[in-house]
Amino acid sequence: MKRQVKLLQGNEACAMAAVAAGVRFFAGYPITPATEIAEILAQELPKVGGTFIQMEDEIASMAAVIGASIGGVKGLTATSGPGFTLKQENLGYAAMVQVPCVIVNVQRGGPSTGMPTLPAQMDVMQARWGTHGDHPIIVLCPSTVYEYYMLTIKAVNFSEMLRMPVIILSDAVVGHLREKVVLPDISEIEIVERKKVTVPPEEFLPFKPDADDVPPFVSYGKGYRYHMTSNNYDEGGYPATNNHQVADKLLRRLHNKIEKRRGEIVMTEEIMMDDAEVAIFAYGCTARSAYSAVETARAQGLKVGLIKALTLWPFPREVVEKYGDKVQAVIVPEMNMGQLVGEVERALKDKKAGVRPLNRFDGKMITPEQIVSAVKEVK
Amino acid sequence: MAVHVQDYLRMHKMPHIWCPGCGTGIALGAVVRAIHNVGYSRDEVIVITGIGCSARTNAIIDFNTFQTTHGRALSFATGFKLTRPEMKVVVITGDGDGAGIGGNHLIHTCRRNIDITTILINNSIYGMTGGQYSPLTPQGSYATTAPYGTVEPSFDICKLAEGAGATYVGRATAYHVTLLEQLVTKALKHEGFSLVEAITQCPIGYGRRNKMKSPTEMLKWQKEHAVNVKAAAGMSPEQLEGKFLIGEFVNKTAPEYTKLYQKLIEDAQSKGAK
Repeated sequence: MKRQVKLLQGNEACAMAAVAAGVRFFAGYPITPATEIAEILAQELPKVGGTFIQMEDEIASMAAVIGASIGGVKGLTATSGPGFTLKQENLGYAAMVQVPCVIVNVQRGGPSTGMPTLPAQMDVMQARWGTHGDHPIIVLCPSTVYEYYMLTIKAVNFSEMLRMPVIILSDAVVGHLREKVVLPDISEIEIVERKKVTVPPEEFLPFKPDADDVPPFVSYGKGYRYHMTSNNYDEGGYPATNNHQVADKLLRRLHNKIEKRRGEIVMTEEIMMDDAEVAIFAYGCTARSAYSAVETARAQGLKVGLIKALTLWPFPREVVEKYGDKVQAVIVPEMNMGQLVGEVERALKDKKAGVRPLNRFDGKMITPEQIVSAVKEVK
Repeated sequence: MAVHVQDYLRMHKMPHIWCPGCGTGIALGAVVRAIHNVGYSRDEVIVITGIGCSARTNAIIDFNTFQTTHGRALSFATGFKLTRPEMKVVVITGDGDGAGIGGNHLIHTCRRNIDITTILINNSIYGMTGGQYSPLTPQGSYATTAPYGTVEPSFDICKLAEGAGATYVGRATAYHVTLLEQLVTKALKHEGFSLVEAITQCPIGYGRRNKMKSPTEMLKWQKEHAVNVKAAAGMSPEQLEGKFLIGEFVNKTAPEYTKLYQKLIEDAQSKGAK
């Protein structure tokens, strides 16, 4: 097998990547602009011995994916804003009980059913804080079809490696866009499997973590009988609802899983940032406009660079901080009323650079011209 | 052969958290004896629950077990069963969990006829939260959220399951525990979706607000108001007024979901999709 050159739609790339990453279970519910992922996987999963099921609602589809993952299979679901809201309940369950799964949210305009199905970036905070409680989460955000493919594989890998839900936050633009992509040979793609238990059943504690704070996994029915609960639990997996020490330790561990691998999880691209006097911090479909804006501005002699975030959560504060005293300002274009810009401000609160939000929430993309104008206002 | 239920319990997780006089343990005992009757090993059985008094059953039984979110146990179980069809999947739910917040999932799991055995422990009340009325609380009963009596009619969960396509449906009570054990035994052996409703007493959350302070009074109520479906066939509507039916209501054969899906996989691999 060699590298493959293809013309792919974003959602199609996501579905293909899921199969390549070893996903063998999909449960979902129809919603635009995410439905292509379900349609393609309904066709492709049975061919590789996997299972597709269309559930009665978004809540049930999230539950079924978690149930399948508990059964030992890699699971994925896809939705858009309104469906993502319904998935929050069981997403929190997966975070608490440490069940790997991937949720794709192809964002559209809100609030509520909003603008079906024009693009938006309004679920950045829902992806971080949508489910109740101080849960850990990883959120990845593609801006091209190729990134959609590669980040889907990363999402499945992170999820299996860390035993936690991972969210892919795409949008109606990237989801429906068709682009030429050069996919790597399957054998060159790193596929991660969840850590397996090495101790015999009598020594087994289902939630006793290794040094990386991730407990090894064994599915039910293999001679290791155990219990899992979403109540605060001890290393044995049993409820410890009133044990303060156990609660403190568990919650720290759930977050430390991510912090210990932060260098690997936080992914950004720094484009023409070496001599930049103004930085644009962008992600998702807006990063496409930002890239074009950088090219235009450079042609006009303006020293502008782009920090493109592929990981939104954990927020890449270290990358933003690095430029805090080097650039005059960081422009943050977002298709919302200002969500991730707050994190940029937090990262730069003791730095010289100013932060300039640039927002649009009418269902239209932010244009390169708008961004170039914002750059000129700084200069 | 007699079975010591304790042999199937995680005795190190005792004491349990149920109130004095609770009927959940009677229902759980019947389930454990039924599993023993069928002869399944501890390792091949998985018991999945949701939230509420019924959900607390599986932390203390020595099978493969996990508790899920409120009302969603059947959806988790569907995903699990599809990936592990060789395992015997049992869901224990309640009237609030299974008929209220999880009602939609129950309907659709019945419809799919997936091989999951569901025991719905109906104690007529939200017990864990202290006695609020549920969709199965009899109309006119008192509850903390119905201080003037419930206005809403309850519904018959067995008829609902039958209408939705469940291929095995039965009902017994904590008083008729032998029947309960027999029904669960048959439900476990049945290939397809089965639902057994177990009417139990909740003297603390329900009984003491409804002129049945003691568990004995509640068990007597079950004894006096239950009519076996076979006996009911020869009774007039007047004789059946105010009574409820127990026994086996549905026992039929239909293609099972995971088997059908396996066939789909084989077809997709040999022929390809349309």
